Amino acid sequence: MIRVRNLWKRYGTNDVLRGLSLDANRGEILVILGRSGVGKSVLLRHIIGIEKPDKGTIEVEGVQITSLKKNEIYEAVKNMGMLFQGSALFDSMNIEENTSFYLKQHGDPKTGKPFPAAVIEHKVREALAMVGLEGTEKKMPSDLSGGMRKRAALARLIVYRPSILLYDEPTTGLDPITAQQINELIVQIQSELKGTSIVVTHDINSALFIADRLALHQEGQIIHVAEPKKFLNIDDPTIHFLKETFKIKESHK
Amino acid sequence: MLVLVRKQSARILWMIGDYVSMVFDVFFSALKSPPSWPLVREQMYFIGVMSLSVVAITGFTTGFVLAAQSFYQLGEKGLSGVTGVLVAKAMITELGPILTAFMVTGRVGSSMCAELGSMKVTEQIDAMKSMAINPNAYLVAPRFIAGISMIPLLTLFSTIMGIFGGYLIAVYLFNLSPSSYFDPMHLHITLFDVATGCIKAFIFGVLLVTVCCYKGMKTTGGAAGVGRATTQSVVTSYILILLSDFFLTMALNMIHQELKYDWMKNV
Repeated sequence: MIRVRNLWKRYGTNDVLRGLSLDANRGEILVILGRSGVGKSVLLRHIIGIEKPDKGTIEVEGVQITSLKKNEIYEAVKNMGMLFQGSALFDSMNIEENTSFYLKQHGDPKTGKPFPAAVIEHKVREALAMVGLEGTEKKMPSDLSGGMRKRAALARLIVYRPSILLYDEPTTGLDPITAQQINELIVQIQSELKGTSIVVTHDINSALFIADRLALHQEGQIIHVAEPKKFLNIDDPTIHFLKETFKIKESHK
Repeated sequence: MLVLVRKQSARILWMIGDYVSMVFDVFFSALKSPPSWPLVREQMYFIGVMSLSVVAITGFTTGFVLAAQSFYQLGEKGLSGVTGVLVAKAMITELGPILTAFMVTGRVGSSMCAELGSMKVTEQIDAMKSMAINPNAYLVAPRFIAGISMIPLLTLFSTIMGIFGGYLIAVYLFNLSPSSYFDPMHLHITLFDVATGCIKAFIFGVLLVTVCCYKGMKTTGGAAGVGRATTQSVVTSYILILLSDFFLTMALNMIHQELKYDWMKNV
């Protein structure tokens, strides 16, 4: 469960977040729609503790992230994961090292000891198989295509099974087939992990495919939140525009 | 104008505070959970072993020049016998630490800054934070430990190469006897000189590694930003090394004088 209340963030003279409030429930995929540059990614970076707000609070599974000290944040976000827009794979490591990075750094949370090498290898293979990247273990990120890099980043995320998953523009810049693969993976991961997922996108097709609830982010605030069918019936010029776009795409099918 | 000065001063003060906070974070995180040995070893190899040739050439050629200059300047006054002492003293207390720090900044510091900077602009550092890993502990601490251990060793190596280079020129080019090159060193090179060189090398190591890493970790603005940060890291390191050299020279000599005075009083 994620609870964001009255979040404010200013960069220079630009108020990116202006009193944003939002709830994401356990077991659901909440998709935040909005135009580029309105601060959707900034919101995710606040939820995972990379940035500090000027004002407001963020509560994740009962822990108030915004009141924690820097070192306490690292402890608090151990159960969270984020898929970055540009994949953000570590380019000095191969795919296997990227995928096993979290496991090697944190070890087994139950015993507090490092995972045996065989366990790590098994988990890495399982995660890579889930995203359809078997056999790429020894490849470097630069050897992969954009879509494969995104899937490798997903594998790096799901390997440690976080209960909070944040996706920043997961399908941006991908061809429709790869984008659909990523959408299906997000739904599959959600059904397996049953955590809380927030997906930020401006791709309405992707949003309608994966969302349990949709939110519209505009001018630094969430102005509407609803289930997909209800969301499309909201009387708002942006939603009308999105609906028209979707209809056009539907009529092309 | 006044507003601009105030804004710039505030920005510089904020940056110094941010830099100091990063250094503390690196130091305490390294103390709390020391970085893994393979990471430190990799950096030690990169900073130490890979810099050996460049540091050797720098020390060696500096020794050549120092010996030649000393011989020409002092020879006609009948002081060519102090060539060895002059080369050794200059190399141990000043040129060894300074030139090594400069060469390591150019070769290693710039590369560290560019590597971390490119990780920053491609969100790799944010990805690390999102996986609950402190990038200062994982990325900067191994470089810090490797830097402060390797740079004094490189300085020692460069100093020895300088003295050896000076020896070759003095003995084989200017026909000075080996004993007149080396013998006065026992009398005039003190433990204080060696300590000065070691302290300077250590401080320069701390400065150059932390400044270059800080600049890398704070990079913004894509590829152009990485280039800008790298240039700034090298220039800032050079300036700080030169400034700290002056203050260290003053402070260490004052302490030395004080200690000598106390010792003489007791005797």
